[in-house]
Amino acid sequence: MIRFILNRLVLIVPTFIGITIIAFAFVRVLPGDPVLLIAGERGVTAERYQQLMTQFGYDRPLYEQYFSYLFGLFQGDFGTSISTKRPVIRDFLTLFPATVELAVFATLFAVLVGVPAGILAAVKRGSWFDQLTMGTALVGYSMPIFWLGLLLIILFSGVLGWTPVSGRISLTYFFPAVTGFMTIDALLSGQRGAFQSALHHLILPAITLGTIPLAVIARQTRSAMLEVLGDDYVRTARAKGLPPRAVIGQHALRNALIPVVTTIGLQVGVMMAGAILTETIYSWPGIGKWMIDAISRRDYPVVQAGLLLIAMIVMAVNLIIDVLYGLINPRIRHQ
Amino acid sequence: MSDPAAPTPALNPAGQAPTRLAGLREFWYYFSVNRGAVIGLVVFCLLVLVALFAPLLAPHSPIQQYRDALLTPPSWLPGGRPEFLLGTDPVGRDILSRLIHGARFSLLIGAVVVVLSLSTGIVLGLLAGYARGWVDAVLMRVMDLILAFPSLLLALVMVAILGPGLINTMIAIALVLQPHFVRLTRSAVLGELGKDYVTSARVAGAGHLRLMFKTILPNCLAPLIVQGTLSFSTAILDAAALGFLGLGAQPPTPEWGTMLAEARQFILRAWWVVTFPGLAILITVLAINLVGDGLRDALDPKLKRS
Repeated sequence: MIRFILNRLVLIVPTFIGITIIAFAFVRVLPGDPVLLIAGERGVTAERYQQLMTQFGYDRPLYEQYFSYLFGLFQGDFGTSISTKRPVIRDFLTLFPATVELAVFATLFAVLVGVPAGILAAVKRGSWFDQLTMGTALVGYSMPIFWLGLLLIILFSGVLGWTPVSGRISLTYFFPAVTGFMTIDALLSGQRGAFQSALHHLILPAITLGTIPLAVIARQTRSAMLEVLGDDYVRTARAKGLPPRAVIGQHALRNALIPVVTTIGLQVGVMMAGAILTETIYSWPGIGKWMIDAISRRDYPVVQAGLLLIAMIVMAVNLIIDVLYGLINPRIRHQ
Repeated sequence: MSDPAAPTPALNPAGQAPTRLAGLREFWYYFSVNRGAVIGLVVFCLLVLVALFAPLLAPHSPIQQYRDALLTPPSWLPGGRPEFLLGTDPVGRDILSRLIHGARFSLLIGAVVVVLSLSTGIVLGLLAGYARGWVDAVLMRVMDLILAFPSLLLALVMVAILGPGLINTMIAIALVLQPHFVRLTRSAVLGELGKDYVTSARVAGAGHLRLMFKTILPNCLAPLIVQGTLSFSTAILDAAALGFLGLGAQPPTPEWGTMLAEARQFILRAWWVVTFPGLAILITVLAINLVGDGLRDALDPKLKRS
């Protein structure tokens, strides 16, 4: 098992180097002078320009620049934001929990609805429930989620007045950020109603972000389940007289869920892309909105670091999923 | 050679060899079993017609601003006016006319992106699968690298580099979708390479290019056509998302995503300005995905009758 994990770790090294090269190249392929773009200053004099050149190391050969960039990354130096003047990594770490919280709830929504719906659709193959579920899943899969988000706001915030339009919690609540997760912090603060307020703010964004993963998971669960239900060992279990519930729950489900776990893992990349749209719609202060704001403000150090950090997160999650997959499926591990 | 980029099957062109006709008939048999796929195909054909004849169909110009009719509701609602069937937007443009013209942009985006990513993807995939060795290794690592980024994020950053606009949107999306085609082509080529017909063609003296494009490629097309269809809808969705974020087509272009972006601040006052453009995106993408599902069932012999 340890060899398996080490093996996977070695495999991602080239990808990691590639990602850093892309992020490194990013500011250098932008139209305009990279020195001025990174400094974000206007009306720079010749002396100041020279000073900036030296400060950013642009007067050195390209490979030296890259290695000093890489060296900086390992020390946690991801650059400095033009607009906030703070280290990019600090802003990232402040905002990242908001995106994680949103993604966790979206995943919960997608898995808790998608997996049972897929199982039921497979068990009742061809029934109206199956057709309805698969039809809905296809609509969900084709959904422009930025539009879905707007519709949900119109319905639940505008017409029904049930949920707030934007933000993470009502402004009436104030408590220190302990974990960065608003729902947990609200509980820790012990303020009455704070937790409900946080949940209220979370529900529409989570549904919006979870819709496409939900559709994919439901479809994948159904087809994996159908495949397993036709297998000999399931027939054996049926033949020896086990009740249908036991056949499905204990025998079929365990094997059917293996590919589903991979699917859930693959959705992390989809979620990071979806978070950009969802956070923009709901003014959710996470890294998706941060990236969009940075692009529109031409805060290129933030875009550069954000690109790198998001790719690293997706890579790390994929690695974890890969290892988990090996854990639950010995056939992969021993290949 | 048939055009692999065509998202819909060209049915029964006259004067084809009988075996080809029989193949098409068999294909249509399996395709038409799937009711959803047929519905999707019909809707898609209608959309193509709408896009082609947009200037004739649209009741108004898509950029004409009727200053006396700002945010007019759809005609069936109180306050609606019969000449503006789906209402008007915040600057008094007819929404229906903008949607009709918008179909041109969305379909154009889908078609251009698929042609770009499919053609480069096929060439690179053939090269990787056929040449093997370091060419294969380098190409596939580069593709892995592109796939390591969430596609929308990479497209966003590319557009930030190239500058916002319709053409750069298409280039960026084509680039992020293309690794899928490279991988598919490569694995199909690897599967075909050892087969007897390839060996016999090689023994008969076929050159590398002929082996790659004439002998092997036609046998790898089925998964590529399916992936091409799905990429068509992904391209439309991603382009609309970029438009929504203000980085795609620029106003006053009646692109559906851009329309949504312009209408966003009015959502609680005028629901129709956001509802209809999004519905247009959903219907288009859904129709294409239905066709894609049908194509997969019809073209993939492994899934047939399962």
